[in-house]
Amino acid sequence: MSVAEKKPRVIEPDSLIGKRIPKMDAPEKASGRTRYIHDINLSGQLYGRILRSARIHALIKSIDTSAARALPGVHVVITAADIPDQRPIGVARDHFPLKVGRVRSQRDEIAAVAAESEEIAEAALKLIRVVYEDLPVISDPEEAIKPGAALIHPEPHGADGTHLHLKQGTSIAHKGKPDNIAMTFDYVHGDVIQGEAESDVVIEDTFRLHYVTHCCMGVSGMIAEFDASGNLLMYSNTQVPFLHKREFAEYLNMDPARIRIIQPPIGGGFGSKLDIYPFEVICLYLARAAKRPVKMLFTREEEFLASPTRQPVLLTLRSGCKKDGTLTFRQVHTLHDNGAYTSWGATTPFVMMQTFSSLYRVPHCDYHTAAVYTNNPYAGSFRGYGNLQATFAIEQHMDMLAERIGMDSLAFRLKNAQDSGETTGQGMVFKSCGFKDCINTAAQRSDYTRKFKENEVNRSRPGNIRRGIGMASMLHVGGGAKIYPSDGCGTILKMDDFANVTLITGASEIGQGSETVLSQLVCEELGLPISAITVVNNDTAITPWDVGVHASRTTFIAGNSAIGAAKKAKTKILAVAAKKYECAESDLDLRGGFVIKASSGEVVVELSKLLRNLHFQDKAELVMTTFYYEPPSVHQDKGFKGDVSAAYAWGAQVVEVEVDTDTGRVRMTKVTGAHDVGRVLNRLGIEGQIEGGVVMGQGYALTEELLIENGVMKNPNFRDYKLVTAPEIPEMDISFIESMDGEGPQGAKGVGEAPAICVAAATANAICNATGVRMFELPFTPEKVYRALHGQTPKLYWKPWRADQ
Amino acid sequence: MLLKHDIEFTLNGVKRQVSVDVTTNTLAMLRDVIGLTGTKYGCGEGECGACTIQVDGVSLNSCLMFAVDCDGRDVTTIEGLANDSKADALREAFVEHGAVQCGFCTPGMIMQADHLLHKHPHADADSVKRGIEGNLCRCTGYKKIVDAIVAVDGAVK
Repeated sequence: MSVAEKKPRVIEPDSLIGKRIPKMDAPEKASGRTRYIHDINLSGQLYGRILRSARIHALIKSIDTSAARALPGVHVVITAADIPDQRPIGVARDHFPLKVGRVRSQRDEIAAVAAESEEIAEAALKLIRVVYEDLPVISDPEEAIKPGAALIHPEPHGADGTHLHLKQGTSIAHKGKPDNIAMTFDYVHGDVIQGEAESDVVIEDTFRLHYVTHCCMGVSGMIAEFDASGNLLMYSNTQVPFLHKREFAEYLNMDPARIRIIQPPIGGGFGSKLDIYPFEVICLYLARAAKRPVKMLFTREEEFLASPTRQPVLLTLRSGCKKDGTLTFRQVHTLHDNGAYTSWGATTPFVMMQTFSSLYRVPHCDYHTAAVYTNNPYAGSFRGYGNLQATFAIEQHMDMLAERIGMDSLAFRLKNAQDSGETTGQGMVFKSCGFKDCINTAAQRSDYTRKFKENEVNRSRPGNIRRGIGMASMLHVGGGAKIYPSDGCGTILKMDDFANVTLITGASEIGQGSETVLSQLVCEELGLPISAITVVNNDTAITPWDVGVHASRTTFIAGNSAIGAAKKAKTKILAVAAKKYECAESDLDLRGGFVIKASSGEVVVELSKLLRNLHFQDKAELVMTTFYYEPPSVHQDKGFKGDVSAAYAWGAQVVEVEVDTDTGRVRMTKVTGAHDVGRVLNRLGIEGQIEGGVVMGQGYALTEELLIENGVMKNPNFRDYKLVTAPEIPEMDISFIESMDGEGPQGAKGVGEAPAICVAAATANAICNATGVRMFELPFTPEKVYRALHGQTPKLYWKPWRADQ
Repeated sequence: MLLKHDIEFTLNGVKRQVSVDVTTNTLAMLRDVIGLTGTKYGCGEGECGACTIQVDGVSLNSCLMFAVDCDGRDVTTIEGLANDSKADALREAFVEHGAVQCGFCTPGMIMQADHLLHKHPHADADSVKRGIEGNLCRCTGYKKIVDAIVAVDGAVK
């Protein structure tokens, strides 16, 4: 065959979407080569340690650091008195990194040391003498709101003349509180009085949700260094580098432009790195004072004591429905134990009220929260963000209402479930909604209805092992959440002479696999193998702006941003190729590293060759594009109404348990989940997210609890704080409902938080199915279950916090 | 002053001498004295398994072993788990099966799995679960880790 007759090379269509693509950083991690913040050391580095309060609630009468300062190897010792320009930090700007005049919880930071070694720093802490004057401890949020309760934040912070330690002339950052109420939220749609009047059945119950914490396997830490010109370089595990850059600048009274944050790989996030914590600011103060790099790492005990927690909640829910199974109203009052300071935990009502108002069609809904100060640990954001708590109450009431009207609980859910195209009372618009598919799929695959009935019958049989099956459903934002002025993400994309792509994204990788998913989306657009991409995502001096990793937003927002940049690059490439090969752009496509004829797949030119030509020709050019994606969502109005996310994720999970009625032990045997994820982008990654979330939910339901007594954490270690271990995990059957969201990247929606949300609620329903006993308080430890089974649990009852409601 | 002690042991196949404080644990020696950071600090109390290494062929928590007790022993860390087809297959299986998310528990998990597979080359899912009971993972829910370890059996010739 002559050369002229040789058949043209044809590239067959292929797609990266939906495939099982291993995480790009996994080989490094699996060989121990990845350098986490703990593994990075800078020359000349000092080690920072923090002295925490020996009391729970007390006035600080004096601090003597002279002996610590005199210890050889100690470079810097600081207390609030040494930092006159301290500004209050946190969501409500209600505490100083180094406490001024008063400690309010066990974790409170009093002094800090930077020394030649961790041992010397630790020894120096022991030499600091603090004189306290004890104040009454408030450990129960119900006590905190009683008239006459000791006040936790009576004095203003950051104000002129109120504290000798503070810099004169600074404005008031926090006015102080005449009561212990940190924040309140009130939401209404419809009229619950009318709703109740229309109801055939009304039930009311109180639920108690406990303290748990993230338990990231890598403890918290950071490294800070000021250069000779006063610019700050931070190695930080923040999930929110760009917003935090600005905040850190405020605390240091410096120009944010002079702060650079590098994010090394992170040993777990789950929401814990969403706020700025005292240790971070203290580390900056130490580095500034020492004029040396300072590294600060927590011990595991410190990680328990001084990390945020999930928001503990006391919740009273009143719900009603008609005999035909139509939901009529929901009235909700919750009391949030805010702890001593305000972080994101206080704001979880943003999410909780969405679940109450919009998971099912509820014509009348009334929601009220008070987050109150106590001397307990303070709550932050944690995967699910209030949704586990809300779902725990709602989904138990769904079963209870169904039982009261004699309706099948599955049919009851389906009757009230949302559909595509609905706008809820809260103004959320459900464009893609696979909720009913989720419910039906989870029910069918688990044989829910048959087992539910069978278990009820089996309750009266002899033996101590009772089987139960229970269902719960969820709704969560899946297309970002417009909380800040922008919910966007920027991308810079460049291609080199060899058709390799560098994707520079604002989105942080926190172990969830965003790097890999974003790479898939870009390579899909550009017709390249996944090996042709390098991702840069960890340096604020290089990467474009992003609002941070939260609200299950990264795949959706950063994904759309990456696709936008890739599409621009593709347009540019095809225009060049069309001109060079004298055809229309629409006749061409990119596939397998080649420019091809769109109709036949025939190779036109190797992409790298075309790019080199472009680069070396007279009017030389590079393929480099930028894109900024802002989702088409809106901010909520003052009444919390509005379509806050560009898409919403749905799910239903069925949990099966075995309850030992002799011991109260609950074994979770199987979880069948069906999640509307829009579209599966990386099957391996999304399975991992769901499985990990389910087991995190299992821990929340069965084993994990931070025990706090009078403000003292009793179990700050893995021996007594029980994470789920490998032999305890349930069998997991996960289905994906692909509703192909119109706005989502390749149709996908966010799913990071979704899998943890239903587990505790479904477990409660399963225990009830097994035993006939309702559990209103988490976690379901053997003792708690045993007591409930033997009628030794008094009925929880909490009256709303405000007399007028 | 802290008492120093000179020890000699084999680390990842290479003989070496180290001078360590008598109170130093093996984890701190590996990370801070020798500079091998693949072995992780997760709790310092033997509860999480992130610091798992192998000493004379037995897996243990390096945070609970005094560094001086390494004297005369054969110590293997994640960095030394090379040139071994089973270890390669194990690493590959962790990658291919999605057993790695944040990856912080992964070195310890692989050290434990390697030990497990040497003792029980054909371990089934249930014995693998028991075998890694002492290694905590907060990301994956363990399923893909178990899948990866079980898959090695068929993969190694």
